[in-house]
Amino acid sequence: MFPFVWLLATSLRATGTIFAFPPVLIPHPPTLANFVGVWNTMPLGRFFANTVYITAVGIGLTLAVSALAGYPLARMRFPGRDAIFYAIIASLMLPQHVGLILNFVTLMRLRLIDTYAAVYLPSAASIFGIFLLRQAYLVIPQELEDAARIDGASEGRLFLQVMLPLVAPALATLAIVEFTGYWNAFLWPLIVLKSPDRYPLGVGLLYLSGQFATNTRYIAAGAVLMTVPVIAVFLALQRYFLRGIMLGAVK
Amino acid sequence: MDARRTYTAYLFLAPALLLLGVFTFYPVVFGTALSLFEYNVISPPRYVGMANFSQLWSDRYFWIALENSVKYLAVVPVLQFCSIVLALWVRRPVRGIAWFRAAYYLPVVTSIVVVGLLWRWLLDESGLVNYVLLRLGLIGAPIHWLTNPSIALYAVMFVTLWKGLGYYMVIYLAGLGAIPVEYEEAASLDGAGPLTRLWHVTIPLLRPSVLLASTLSAIAALRVFEEVYVMTGGGPVYSTYTLFYYMFDQAFGALHLGYAAAIGVALAVITILLSIVNFRLLRQGGLSYY
Repeated sequence: MFPFVWLLATSLRATGTIFAFPPVLIPHPPTLANFVGVWNTMPLGRFFANTVYITAVGIGLTLAVSALAGYPLARMRFPGRDAIFYAIIASLMLPQHVGLILNFVTLMRLRLIDTYAAVYLPSAASIFGIFLLRQAYLVIPQELEDAARIDGASEGRLFLQVMLPLVAPALATLAIVEFTGYWNAFLWPLIVLKSPDRYPLGVGLLYLSGQFATNTRYIAAGAVLMTVPVIAVFLALQRYFLRGIMLGAVK
Repeated sequence: MDARRTYTAYLFLAPALLLLGVFTFYPVVFGTALSLFEYNVISPPRYVGMANFSQLWSDRYFWIALENSVKYLAVVPVLQFCSIVLALWVRRPVRGIAWFRAAYYLPVVTSIVVVGLLWRWLLDESGLVNYVLLRLGLIGAPIHWLTNPSIALYAVMFVTLWKGLGYYMVIYLAGLGAIPVEYEEAASLDGAGPLTRLWHVTIPLLRPSVLLASTLSAIAALRVFEEVYVMTGGGPVYSTYTLFYYMFDQAFGALHLGYAAAIGVALAVITILLSIVNFRLLRQGGLSYY
């Protein structure tokens, strides 16, 4: 916990380097100048916007793909269903190390290197998400489906107006879990993004810390700006977070 | 009707199958095959058989990286011990304990870049850690945590530990919650003290969680990259250079994609072997055992 306090204190200090002794834990006067500075003189705002965009599109896609795929796996009978389900689950056990290289080649062939899509597309289909949604659809009582069919609902209406609202809690859990994943994404954007104006915060912050090694207070302010949204979401939605982990662990 | 239903089902599945096919199944299968080729993106792949692997065998950097990755596994038992202790600690029915749990979980949701930079500053030669240790008289001169080749790897391992602790704590909390209180009650009726209870009742019953957490953390330790990349860049003099780092450099730095795939396959084989050993060691235990 202490390192976080120190980071916050550093970001609020007006002068000096981070290596001041004795360490300053309560800066006075505290100042927001570093935040203003890093936002105005460094492309941090740009990185922030990139991160928000990638996170939003990424979560949206993951939710949509999982909500669609979980449905037939849970509630329809069709040839190949079990094979597909087990293949999806089994792929969790496949070693993914070499996959990184091939995904890079694939994205290069698709001419997507150095685009936002390259960052979120490979992780858009989440196996955990599909599994989670399948479980959520499974527990919906059959009577509800039958009643809707008797009322003459089409397959599309049944899905959109009956099923989807009932799995909203599962979708919320998934969204929270995916949020930290996309927000903090580092390795993959580092590989596929080449131009700094497309960097998300993680890659961008490291890039800035290399470029402006002397102005650590600015970098500290940037680090705080990157961390605050995640911590806020986490503290507000702690229970769902921990539920997500437990589900992930049990899986 | 049946054909129509099948058609609908596959329509729902189409986006997932397309994405998983392109970005999950295809790369694993063909990535393994790629290790038998020489490929630099520009010219078409050339089949070289096992040449990449025999080159790997005599590659000095591969062995350095392998040694570091294996050393990194030392983080696994330490992490299990600390997170079990922590889970027991934050499980006490004390007011406000939920906040403690949340506090320990914060590093888990924080970006590895922020964590890495933060600790890079704290562990700097003239950073806070050295300052405190000097002040307490524990050390005579500042320690070069990240620039001394014989310490740097352990400093990075410490950061992995610090960041991962909360995650494994949650796994162990779930495991502890699944143990019926009757077992501990019965043991204390038999006159077992708190430590005996812990060692002979709780810990054995926790074995499934230990298996899960140690397998997960071993897989993560073998593929460690981000902490190293942010904190030391693999240095000083390759002392924190890991297998994953070597694969990354070969693939995206040198564009030796076939060779990088061979490193990836070696890493995958080691990971699978380790997981099997882990399962063998810890398979028994848990409630089903009793």
